[in-house]
Amino acid sequence: MQIRSINLFRVVKGELPFRRVLAMLVVGGFAASSRAEGVLDPQGPIASAERLILLNSTTIMLVVVVPVIVLTLAFAWWYRASNTRASYEPNWANSGRIEFVVWSIPAMVVLLLAGVAWTGSHDLDPARKLPSNLKPIRIEVVSLDWKWLFIYPDFEVATLNQIIVPAGAPIEFQLTSTNVMNAFWVPQLGSQIYTMPGMTTRLNLLADHAGDYPGLSSNFSGDGFSDMRFVVHAVPAAVFSSWLAASQTQGVVLDAAAYSQLARTGSDVSIKTYGSVERDLFERIERESTGAPADHMEK
Amino acid sequence: MLGKLTWYAIPFNEPPAMAASAMIIVGILAILGLITRKEWWPYLWREWLTSVDHKRIGVMYVLLALVLLLRGFTDAIMMRTQLAMAAGGAAGYLPPEHYDQIFSAHGTIMIFFMAMPFMIGLMNFVVPLQLGVRDVAFPVLNSISFWLTAAGALLVNVSLVVGEFARTGWLAYPPLSELAFSPGVGVDYYLWSLQISGIGTLLAGINMVTTILKLRAPGMSYMRMPVFCWTALCASMLIVAAFPVLTATFGMLLLDRYAGMHFFTNDGGGNFMMYVNLIWIWGHPEVYILVLPAFGVFSEVVATFSGKQLFGYRSMVLATLAICVLSFMVWLHHFFTMGAGANVNAVFGIFSMIIAIPTGVKLFNWLFTLYRGRIRFEVPVLWAIGFMVTFAIGGMTGVLQAVPPADFVLHNSLFLVAHFHNVIIGAVVFGAMAGYYYWFPKAFGFTLHRGLGVVSFWCWFVGFYLAFFPLYAVGLLGMTRRMQHYADLSWQPYMIVAEGGAVVILCGIVATIAQLVISIRTRESRRDLTGDPWNGRTLEWSTASPPPAYNFALAPPVDSLDAFWVTKQRAAANPPEHYPAIEVPRNSANGFLTAFFAVVFGFAMIWHIWWLAILSLASAAIILVAFGWMERIPVEVSAEQLAADERARQQTMVPG
Repeated sequence: MQIRSINLFRVVKGELPFRRVLAMLVVGGFAASSRAEGVLDPQGPIASAERLILLNSTTIMLVVVVPVIVLTLAFAWWYRASNTRASYEPNWANSGRIEFVVWSIPAMVVLLLAGVAWTGSHDLDPARKLPSNLKPIRIEVVSLDWKWLFIYPDFEVATLNQIIVPAGAPIEFQLTSTNVMNAFWVPQLGSQIYTMPGMTTRLNLLADHAGDYPGLSSNFSGDGFSDMRFVVHAVPAAVFSSWLAASQTQGVVLDAAAYSQLARTGSDVSIKTYGSVERDLFERIERESTGAPADHMEK
Repeated sequence: MLGKLTWYAIPFNEPPAMAASAMIIVGILAILGLITRKEWWPYLWREWLTSVDHKRIGVMYVLLALVLLLRGFTDAIMMRTQLAMAAGGAAGYLPPEHYDQIFSAHGTIMIFFMAMPFMIGLMNFVVPLQLGVRDVAFPVLNSISFWLTAAGALLVNVSLVVGEFARTGWLAYPPLSELAFSPGVGVDYYLWSLQISGIGTLLAGINMVTTILKLRAPGMSYMRMPVFCWTALCASMLIVAAFPVLTATFGMLLLDRYAGMHFFTNDGGGNFMMYVNLIWIWGHPEVYILVLPAFGVFSEVVATFSGKQLFGYRSMVLATLAICVLSFMVWLHHFFTMGAGANVNAVFGIFSMIIAIPTGVKLFNWLFTLYRGRIRFEVPVLWAIGFMVTFAIGGMTGVLQAVPPADFVLHNSLFLVAHFHNVIIGAVVFGAMAGYYYWFPKAFGFTLHRGLGVVSFWCWFVGFYLAFFPLYAVGLLGMTRRMQHYADLSWQPYMIVAEGGAVVILCGIVATIAQLVISIRTRESRRDLTGDPWNGRTLEWSTASPPPAYNFALAPPVDSLDAFWVTKQRAAANPPEHYPAIEVPRNSANGFLTAFFAVVFGFAMIWHIWWLAILSLASAAIILVAFGWMERIPVEVSAEQLAADERARQQTMVPG
C-alpha cells in the first residue's frame, strides 16, 4: 500500500532519535517513556500512516507555535514596566510589514497542512480497500447493547468480543449497529468508524504482525458502554486456518433464537465463537434495526 | 393529577444524591432565611430582581456563572475521582447510571450555564459603557433574557433532587436520547432547560446586536469601537444565527419524545444523522460565541496594561469578522468518522484549518501589542499571558484534529477531551477571569485582592496543565471519553495525575472565593475613587466606579479609537455648566415573573402534568404581553438633580 504523504523526517539526519523526541513532545513525555500501546505504537499500514501524519502535522505547527510561546514569554519579560532599558512606544500600533507577515505565516502553515489533509483524506479513506497479494478477510461488525458481534460471512462463523485474523491479510469490515450509535476502534491498527443502526459503514485495516491488539467502542452508547471491549488477535495464516476449522466443527450455532438472546440489553464481556451463523444475519440486523427491541421499551 | 411525578422521583435509596440534595436545600433555605431576617427582600426586589439596568443584569449573569461553576466543577472532580479509582477490575464509587448523568450535567452546565452567562454577563456590563450609552437597546428584554437563563439553570439543578438528569452526554445524540433508549425524565430535563434558557440567549443576542448597531456615543463610528465591542457584536450575531437552529433541533427531538414523531428515530423514516449535523451547525458557532468575547477581553487587557494602543486594530476587526463567518462552515469536523467520503472530509478539514489563520493573526497582534509596551503585571495580564501560551498549544491540537486521517485516531479519545478543555479553559475561562478582575472595580467601586488573584491564576494555570496534559497522553494510548471504568492498568497513573490537577484547580477556585470575601470586607481601604484604576483607554473608565444608573450624564463625544485615552492626553476640560434632564427606564417585574412561570412550565412538561403546563404557559404569555403593553413611564432625573449629582461626584473623584 502506497501512502503518498511526505516523510518529513527523512530530511533530518539521525531520523530515529528525532522522531522519538518528537513523539515524547507530542504526548508530553508520558506515553513514549512507558512501552505503551496505542496510536503511537502502530501495528499496521493505516495506523503507521496516520501516526506519520500526526507527527508531520505537529512538526509543521510546532515551527510556529514554539516561537510564539517563546516570544510571548520573552516580550512579557523584557517589556515589564520595571525594566528601564526597554523601549516604550505607546503610539506604535501599526506596521504594514508586520501585518503582512502575521497573515502570511499562519496562511502558509495552513497551505501545507491542507495538502496533508487532502492527500491523507483520500489515501486513508476508511472505505478504500488495501492492495495486497493475500486474500482479504471480510468481517461484518455489529455493535449491540453492550457487546460486539463479528461475523465472517465467507466462512459462516462468528465471534463475540474478539476478532481473529491472519497477520498480513487485509481486513474488510462492514459495520452496523442494532439500535444506538457506537464506534469501532482498534488504536494500534488505525482509523475508527461509527457503527450506526440501519446503515453500513466500511473500514479497511491490516495487522502487519501477529499480536493481540485491544479494541473498544469510542462513542458513548449507554450504561454498559465501558465494557464494550474486544481484542484483535492477529495470528499466522496457519493458525488462522486451524482456528477456522476447529470453530466450524465445535462452535455453538448462532441462529435466530441465539441472536435474539444476544440482542437483549445488557453487558456481556464473554468471549464466544459460533461455528455456524444464520445466512445473511448482518443484512437482517441492518434492516430490522430500524425498530427498538422490545425489552428496551420495558426498561 | 401529577403526571409521572411520584415519590419514586426522589432518590431516597441513594444516600449520596440525597445528602447532596439535602445540603443544597438547607443552603437555599438558610440564604432565604437570612434575607428574610435581615429584611433584605424589598432591597433585593427593587434593586436587583426587577432591575433593568444593564450593569445589574450583567453582574447577576456573572454571579449565576460563578455559582454554576461550583456545580460544574463538583461534577468534574467527582468524575476525576471515579476514573482515578476505577482501573482494572475496580468499579469505583459511582455506578454507570450516576456517572453518566454527571458527565452529561458537567458539559451542559459548564457550556450553557457557566461559560455562556459569564460571557453574556461581561458583554452586558461592559458594552453600553464602552459605547458611551445609557443602557442596552431593550432594557426590559434584557431582564427577561437573564431570568430565562436563570430559569434553565434552576431546572437543571432541580433534576438533582427530583428525578434524574440525561445520561446521554452533553449533546444528547439520538437514537440514545430517543424515548426508546432514554425513557426517563433525564433527557426531558435537558431539553426543556435548554429550550427555556436558549430563548433567553437568543433575546440577549438580538438585544446586543441592536445596541451595538444602533446606540453608540456621538462620533463613535464602527472603526472607533473598542475591540471588545466588535467581538461582542460578532458573538451576538452568531447567537442570532445559531440559536434558532438549536431551538428547532431540540424542538424536533421533543416532538419525537412527546408526540411520537420520527425526525431522528431509527424507525418511521427518521434519521439521527440529521440531528448530529444540526446540533453541530449550532455547536461550532457556539464555540466562537464563547471565545470571541474572551478574545475581546484579552485585547482590552493587553492594550491597557501594556500602556499601548492595540497593535493592528483593523486586522483584529477583520480577523473577528472572518472567524464569525467561517465558524458556520466547519461543523462536519465533529464527525469525520461517520463515513462521509474523502472529498467531504477533506473540504471540511481544510475549512477548519482556515479558521486558524485569523485566530493566529490575533495571537500575533497581542504579541506585538506587548512589544515595546510597558507591561504592568496586574492579575489580568497574568491571565492574558497564561492564555497566549496555553491557547497556542490548544489551537495546535485543534488544527491537528482538523486533518481527517489524524482525527480518525484522535476522535472521541481523551486527546479530544484534552483539546477542547485546553481551548475552553485556556481561552474562555482565563478570559472570563481576566475580565472579572479587570471590570470588578468598575462594577463595585473597589478593587479585588491582588495576592489572592495571583494565587488563583497560578493554581488554575498549573492545575490545568496537570489535569489535561495527562489526558492528551492517555488519549494517544487509546483511552476514549465517557468511560466509567477501564481495564488497562497502565492508564491509571495518568488519571491520578489528572485528579491531582483537578485538586490544584480547586485551590484556585477557593482562592477566588476567598478573594471575593476578603475584598468585600476590606473594601473601604481598596476604594477606587478615580473611576479609572488601571489607567484605561476606553469610555467605561471615564465615568465613576460604580457608574450612576444613567452611566453618563452627558454623552461622551468620540473622535478617535481609545477615546478615553486620547481625552486624558489633552488638557482637562471644564465641567459643563448645564445638564439636560434625562430619563432612565423604570424597573420591571416582567422578566422575573415570566421566568418563574417558565420554570413551572418546564417542570410540568418534564413530568407530563398537562394541566399545570397549560396554566403556566398561559400565565407566562399573559404576563409577557400584559407587561409589554403597559405604558411605562421612565424615571426622570431632572437637570438640577443631575447637576448636583455630577458636582458631588466630581468633588469625590480623584483625578486619575
